[in-house]
Amino acid sequence: MHELPVTQGILQVALDTAQQNGALSITDIHLVIGAMSSIVDDSVQFYFDMLNRETLAAGARLHFRRNPAIATCLQCRHQFEVTPPLAAECPVCGSAQLQVAGGREFYVESIEIE
Amino acid sequence: MTTTIPVVKHILDANEQLAAVNRTTFAQAGVLALNLMASPGAGKTSVILATTSRLPAAIRPAVIEGDLASTIDADTIAARGLPVVQINTGGGCHLDANMIAAALPNLPLGQFNLLLVENVGNLVCPANFALGTHLNVVIGSVAEGHDKPYKYPGMYAAADVVLLNKSDLIEVFEFDLGYFQRGLTMVNRSAPLFVMSCRTGVGVDAWVEWLQEAWHNAFEMTRR
Repeated sequence: MHELPVTQGILQVALDTAQQNGALSITDIHLVIGAMSSIVDDSVQFYFDMLNRETLAAGARLHFRRNPAIATCLQCRHQFEVTPPLAAECPVCGSAQLQVAGGREFYVESIEIE
Repeated sequence: MTTTIPVVKHILDANEQLAAVNRTTFAQAGVLALNLMASPGAGKTSVILATTSRLPAAIRPAVIEGDLASTIDADTIAARGLPVVQINTGGGCHLDANMIAAALPNLPLGQFNLLLVENVGNLVCPANFALGTHLNVVIGSVAEGHDKPYKYPGMYAAADVVLLNKSDLIEVFEFDLGYFQRGLTMVNRSAPLFVMSCRTGVGVDAWVEWLQEAWHNAFEMTRR
């Protein structure tokens, strides 16, 4: 939904890091984005290819690691990955007592430079 | 041959840093700041009106209104005699820390100790853009249906407190309150839920009492 400011954020973090390390160019950017975030990877790539022109990040490849959110059933302890819309019941025992954790990561993990 | 540089920085790092500056401004001014987030029409402005009319004299509120366009909400708040600033994003779907920083000089800092920021009506984006506020208040409405915590877990997980407005319509909408509560608890174990109707007044006092306690606790911590 707001992939443009997100892409600008990624670019800024990557360029700041590259400049601090005296890089000539950025070849790859590794991102960790949780499954609960509403970011569409293709849209980010689309904006990124437009915004990175004439910067140190021109031509850089984006890598998305989508961390899942994990639901735990408080009845039978079964664990399973979830993405929105979230399940209301455990697929194994049918209990409605679920706990969801994780999937909220939103950071630039590393960049590769030359 | 490439070199890998570890970064581990929030993607919206620039906004996070500005939010931290805002948080310092609030602390120095002795202000508890709330970020009110909800879908359009759920009751953000109604909650502000219902809350501010019930606060004791010691708690002096001010409001920042966020909308794509128009001053409709700010005008309503101003008519109540409260200090208010309207931010028009011109199409942006959420407020960010920079907008809050730009709005603050237009408020009489030093004359209020509670700030209610009404974010743009949106159940998705605002959760990702920190403002420097202290509490995320997510306002759901019965008219939206009881499945919203399941569909918008990011927003409900980010809440420090959840208000469910329009409780007077529970029967009309066949709203399953238990289903809604389970969805909320599933993604957020700590946020209390206040079921209310701003229109009839039912349930509002309990929320205002909670807010008063939060306000007292905030300032006890800064006094230590």
